[in-house]
Amino acid sequence: MKTPINRSRWIIWSSFALLMGLAPLVFSSGLGITVLSQMGIAIIACLSYNILFGQGGMLSFGHAVYTGLGSFMAIHALNAATEGGLPLPVALVPLAGGLAGLGFAVLFGYVTTRKAGTTFAMITLGLGELVFAMSLMVPEFFGGEGGVSGNRMVRDGLWGITFGPPVQVYYLIAIYTFICVAAMYAFTLTPLGRMLNAVRDNPERVEFIGYDTQRVRYLAFIVAGFFAGISGGLAALNFEIVTAEVVGAARSGGYLLFTFLGGATFFFGPILGAILMVLAFVLFSEFSQAWLLYLGLIFLLMVMFAPGGIASLIMMNLRVARYGRLRELGLSYLGLAASGLVMLLGGSALVEMVYHLQLNQSEGPVFGYLGAEFDVGSVTHWAAAMSLLAVGAGLFEWTRRGFLRKWGAIQTAIEVDIKSREAVL
Amino acid sequence: MEFFIISMLNGVSYGLLLFMLSSGLTLIFSMMGVLNFAHASFYMLGAYVGYTLSTFTGFWPALVLAPLVVGALGALFERVCLRRVHKYGHVAELLLTFGLAYVVLELVQLIWGRIALEFKPPPSLRGPLFTLINHSGQGLSMMLGAAPAELCRAADKAVRVVCSPFPATRGFMMLVAVVMLVSVWLLLTRTRIGLVIQAALTHPDMAEALGHNVPRVFMLVFGAGTALAGLAGVIGGSIFLTEPAMAATVGPVIFVVVVVGGMGSLSGAFLASLLIGVIQTFAVAFDYSLATLAEQLGLPLSQGVLSSTYVKMTLSQVAPILPFLFLVLMLIFRPRGLLGTRES
Repeated sequence: MKTPINRSRWIIWSSFALLMGLAPLVFSSGLGITVLSQMGIAIIACLSYNILFGQGGMLSFGHAVYTGLGSFMAIHALNAATEGGLPLPVALVPLAGGLAGLGFAVLFGYVTTRKAGTTFAMITLGLGELVFAMSLMVPEFFGGEGGVSGNRMVRDGLWGITFGPPVQVYYLIAIYTFICVAAMYAFTLTPLGRMLNAVRDNPERVEFIGYDTQRVRYLAFIVAGFFAGISGGLAALNFEIVTAEVVGAARSGGYLLFTFLGGATFFFGPILGAILMVLAFVLFSEFSQAWLLYLGLIFLLMVMFAPGGIASLIMMNLRVARYGRLRELGLSYLGLAASGLVMLLGGSALVEMVYHLQLNQSEGPVFGYLGAEFDVGSVTHWAAAMSLLAVGAGLFEWTRRGFLRKWGAIQTAIEVDIKSREAVL
Repeated sequence: MEFFIISMLNGVSYGLLLFMLSSGLTLIFSMMGVLNFAHASFYMLGAYVGYTLSTFTGFWPALVLAPLVVGALGALFERVCLRRVHKYGHVAELLLTFGLAYVVLELVQLIWGRIALEFKPPPSLRGPLFTLINHSGQGLSMMLGAAPAELCRAADKAVRVVCSPFPATRGFMMLVAVVMLVSVWLLLTRTRIGLVIQAALTHPDMAEALGHNVPRVFMLVFGAGTALAGLAGVIGGSIFLTEPAMAATVGPVIFVVVVVGGMGSLSGAFLASLLIGVIQTFAVAFDYSLATLAEQLGLPLSQGVLSSTYVKMTLSQVAPILPFLFLVLMLIFRPRGLLGTRES
């Protein structure tokens, strides 16, 4: 059977490639290239995590084990290639990481995928702790406190590609990212990818049809481990140093957090999450000391009110726009944004003042935040921040109720519309 | 011998502390199907709240008040947040508690700072509870409280005397854990509210049809479970360390306990807590490695093998990973856990 060319798919993928190719020309500063490289690495990691989480319904607390061990294997492979004469081109070092991730996924996945659901989550947590504790105990492989460092420079590379300048590494990462994203998208269309969704939604029924759910989970786990390892290998090439924290629980938690924030129910959700992750770690952490608190709160609110993540919010609004009713919500969105901003200003001023009291007391009572001066000794400043928070919260709740009413009405209208069209067909 | 007794008691007391935590976790899990990822965070909150209260009221009132405060916070969290995501399933609930763990950690650092606090047990608990005296002539004897120095000193070179004190804090920890265990058991099996809880656990719809407010029972169970964690926190925080990392150190271990014991099995959690507490305590005390083992067996090892990390690694160094190794072995050989009933 000959399938017709899917034009929108071609447009999306080629603009994705174009975007990655042109991005370093726009953000050409050193920081820009670093951030872009890290985004590529994070995109592969989060997408590979989503094979487990979004597509397989497996909540893993230990995904950094596979990216991290991939990193370690890759840096050892790099060192063997540059010093020991292992005939491995630098450009293929991430593949060594990928194979390592695959190998460890074969090994550990056999234990973890025996169970699903909550038990699976706990086992991955335990395995993550196990590997992290091991990493401090075996300095030969993990390099102890200082980690393992390498050198990616090739003396006389083909066409002048030495991988010395960061932009060359960026393009290597971009090529890997494009191929991996395409491969992972293709994976969702394979029979195994489809079975994985079935195992997520109704494992009992899958068993009845005659499939082994444990086997499906295991195979998907191995695929995820492979891509995670590639991401780890790219990270090793990019930073030229791998420390024990890459297998730590904080890293695993980060993948989970941002994959969820981006949206696990859509393929492109984790890509958004990965971009957010890098922005948060590189830029947001500079902006505020309390950024993890904000992150945790945002995560809690997302789980409670938008469990589909940012991707589902976008798709839902796109649906509303397709039915030409987005304009009705414009005013509500404006109100939500404004009142939310007021609430955020008050809340964050409070948090920053408490943080200043707690951590930077020695610098005196006055500090600058968002271009304003705050005095932790003054009652008016505290009262102002608190009233700002209270007023913002009140307004937000008020506009939110109005918004929910409108939103509900529009959704019902759309559902009715869809139903009536189905009836005509 | 005295080494064995003291280590055993230390192990059992640590195991009982683990059980104080894992019992609340198991209670919540078997009732609501929610594995409370933030359980160790409530343990940490217990320690910090207990510290703050003890500066106002002293240790003993704080021991009672702090768990109540933590339990109230837990119940509030259940009411405001957890109940809302109940309809999205267990993964969403687990994610919510995961996010809560982040927020609690940051809030604790925000309110109490990033360094460890000076949270000490009260003076009445500071000394040893009893001392074991091993006299090479008179054998093993025990005396309450600290042994006077002259008893521990040998009169002449030929006599060997070893005094091993057992700290009162550890004894207190065991006492509280046992009292708590017995009272929870009595509450669940002998009282009306306990019967309602058991009914809501197995047949929530039927219990609701009989006019019991099952969501409120859930809230109470969640509050009670977190209060138990808070109680463990006051005791654990005063005996060990009260610091922001305390949740991350104990959290994974209690999850191991719950999985090894069999998800949702209270007696399994008890067995697994004691087992892991004893194993870890004994492992820390032994400085044996594969190299010393080979030496004792009279196996000659080459210099290259002897310098390998794996051969030099002592049992006390391996101690932190033992619970996790135990978990992996358990899953390979007995996937439903020690006393677990359901094969999911």
